Amino acid sequence: MIRTEEMLLNVGPQHPSTHGVFRLVVKIDGEIITEATPVIGYLHRGTEKLAEDLQYTQIIPYTDRMDYLSAMTNNYVICHAVETMMGIQVPERADFLRVIAMELGRVASHLVAWGTYILDLGATSPFIYAFRDREMIINMLNELSGARLTFNYMRVGGVKWDAPEGWVDSVKEFIPYMREQLKGYHELVTGNEIFLDRVKGVGVYTKEDAINYSLSGPNLRSTGVKWDLRKDEPYSIYDRFDFNVVTRDEGDCLARYHVRLEEIEESLKILEQACEQFPAEGEIMAKVPKIIKAPKGEAFVRIEAPRGEIGCYIASDGKKEPYRLKFRRPSFYNLQILPKLLIGENIANLVAILGAVDIVLGEVDG
Amino acid sequence: MSGEKDLNQLKREAVEKAKAEALAKRQAKAAGEVSGAPMQEDIPSEQALSQDAKPAESAEPAQPTQPVETPAEAENGADLAKKKAAAAAKAKAAALAKKKREGIEDEAPAEPAQPAETPAVEASDDGDDLAKKKAAAVAKAKAAAAAKRKAMELAGNTAPAEETPTPVASETSDDGDDLAKKKAAAVAKAKAAAAAKRKAMELAGDAAPAEEMETAGVTDDAKAKAAAAAKAKAAAAAKAKAAAAAKAKATGTGDADTAAMGDDEKAKAKAAAVAKAKAAAAAKAKAAGAAKGGDVSPADTADKPSPNQPFLDKYRKVIEENLGPDVLEDSYINKLSKDVPTLVAKKDTYFKVAQFLKFNELLGFDYLSELHGTDFVTHMEVYVHLFSYKNRQSVALKVKIDRDEPTIESLQPIWAGANWPECEAYDLLGIKFTGHPNLHRILLGEDWVGHPLRKDYEPYDVEV
Repeated sequence: MIRTEEMLLNVGPQHPSTHGVFRLVVKIDGEIITEATPVIGYLHRGTEKLAEDLQYTQIIPYTDRMDYLSAMTNNYVICHAVETMMGIQVPERADFLRVIAMELGRVASHLVAWGTYILDLGATSPFIYAFRDREMIINMLNELSGARLTFNYMRVGGVKWDAPEGWVDSVKEFIPYMREQLKGYHELVTGNEIFLDRVKGVGVYTKEDAINYSLSGPNLRSTGVKWDLRKDEPYSIYDRFDFNVVTRDEGDCLARYHVRLEEIEESLKILEQACEQFPAEGEIMAKVPKIIKAPKGEAFVRIEAPRGEIGCYIASDGKKEPYRLKFRRPSFYNLQILPKLLIGENIANLVAILGAVDIVLGEVDG
Repeated sequence: MSGEKDLNQLKREAVEKAKAEALAKRQAKAAGEVSGAPMQEDIPSEQALSQDAKPAESAEPAQPTQPVETPAEAENGADLAKKKAAAAAKAKAAALAKKKREGIEDEAPAEPAQPAETPAVEASDDGDDLAKKKAAAVAKAKAAAAAKRKAMELAGNTAPAEETPTPVASETSDDGDDLAKKKAAAVAKAKAAAAAKRKAMELAGDAAPAEEMETAGVTDDAKAKAAAAAKAKAAAAAKAKAAAAAKAKATGTGDADTAAMGDDEKAKAKAAAVAKAKAAAAAKAKAAGAAKGGDVSPADTADKPSPNQPFLDKYRKVIEENLGPDVLEDSYINKLSKDVPTLVAKKDTYFKVAQFLKFNELLGFDYLSELHGTDFVTHMEVYVHLFSYKNRQSVALKVKIDRDEPTIESLQPIWAGANWPECEAYDLLGIKFTGHPNLHRILLGEDWVGHPLRKDYEPYDVEV
């Protein structure tokens, strides 16, 4: 048997497949990875420290910059935490706007996950298709909030802007279009033999591992754990919609791919129902005091973001700024299992496994 | 070389300085700490809302006449079916409302008195079936809204107007308008389901609405209550039908003109929206009552124990039976945080309790959702949010540690997911986790001075 010398390989921080500034120090023996050490923190901006000097409303724009691919869920989690502490009842119309915005964000986020994942594996065109369709969502959210990615749309007690005239109809029109596109996606990629060779049976972990490593979202559901906070601990108005929790049992990269694509379909179902039930009129802001002060105490809430459960912990001493703010950032937790997955894998699988975790570095680094 | 030494010295000095300042600050803070009073501004409105909405339901069960089959149907279905039906019916109603907005041309917003004035017998005379159907749907929503509004205005009294439409309603249901009937049934079903759901929530921790139901002369049996609610809703629907008939008549005479349409649509939409919002608000208020009622008024707390209290008792009991009576420093329900049972372990029992929480088969908290530290100036605290996929239950585990020497056992050997969060807590707060395989500064660089999330942190810069 030929013996090879161990080699240290630096992947990133500037590497397209890392989806941001993420560095992976890999020790390889020939082509086999013997050790992988993730290095993160390049994008750490100290949101939690900054928040200690900011009023609650002022913190919201900072949350946009954590998971910048689905900023709406980040907006929501902090508003939800403060609302939970203060016992604020959000008006129905605002709740609908929030849910529609969040689900659109989820579709957009999964589209990016899908497009970039295929791009990582070497196919270029699906990425373009995904971004074309995502652009439509971005435009809609732009109409709603005035920003393409960093929405700063939600407020404690409701949302900042009402939907413009005909906006809900444009969302409604988008749903059948997206369904049609999804079929095309499947035709284009899902059955492709080269693609299947790259992802089937790669990066497998078990249900027990997933839970032990605190994975959540599609990464957890791809192992067969039927758990979705929208369904199982309903917040906002998610208990009014009929949708399925998508799971797969294989726990490999292909399973995660399928879970994400099918979750787009489920999100479209929610969007469809939300547009149907959308109240024709109503308030978009609850009656909240001008200066928001969370009552003394602490609270931790968690909701389902596209990448898993995003949580927000607030410790308040009754002032207008949080005493301590902490975000449970799903990508940060999801990435922990990576070193374990990579050991013994071929170096070519590194990108396939990392891509399937679907991280956003803004969120990993907080 | 000497430059490097200087740097190190500078760093050390900076740390010393920061510590000294922190001490001064802490003392100052300890002396002058003022805690704000809990929010009171928005509480009255919330209470008012829930009180407004409830009488609307409690007043209506007095109605004697209503389609008998609808509540029965709603009762027979399983809970799941009910929920599904609710969703479906709601969607249907929404679709209906939409259709109506597009196609209908009758005038006048639903005044509370209107359905009572118009004899509906003639409704069957006019041939415009489609218009009728549509109008029926519209008016249903309207009348429901009107009835609710009225009920709210009268604050619990049975409105005289509510009696009048009932005979009319029975007549309208005879007029062969099958579609409208079906729709009404669906709506009633959905409402019944919603009521049942809400009631389930009430049972979980809110006793007040149940009392109101009883005053309306219904037994406190769960099903009966659901039925009562369904009946109330059905009555409203029937009333709505009467209004619909009246509307249909108006349409039949054909005096509606296009100019009036705009206003009418708006008014209708408004009424529908109001009705929906109210129903939702009522449901939510009740749900919220369970979660937040406790800290809104202390008097309620005694009456309404948290729905999670049994879980907390169970955890405490199991832990005390197995680990001894004094492993926990404190345990309570955190009302601010969705009623999560919270256990405060002692510093030396923290690891043992955590281990027990995961491996005891009655508890089985297999998932670590969150771990972080907080600098409370008087002490440091580690907060761990655990979840059991088996029992679908959450628990918060906390431990207070010494601030000057923040050291605690690592949970990484129990939950692999605690690895990075503990690194983060070490990085940002300086908490040392013993037994951690690779405790390092995960977000900041290894050469960073100080721990930014400590309250005494002073940014260090060589240049300054």
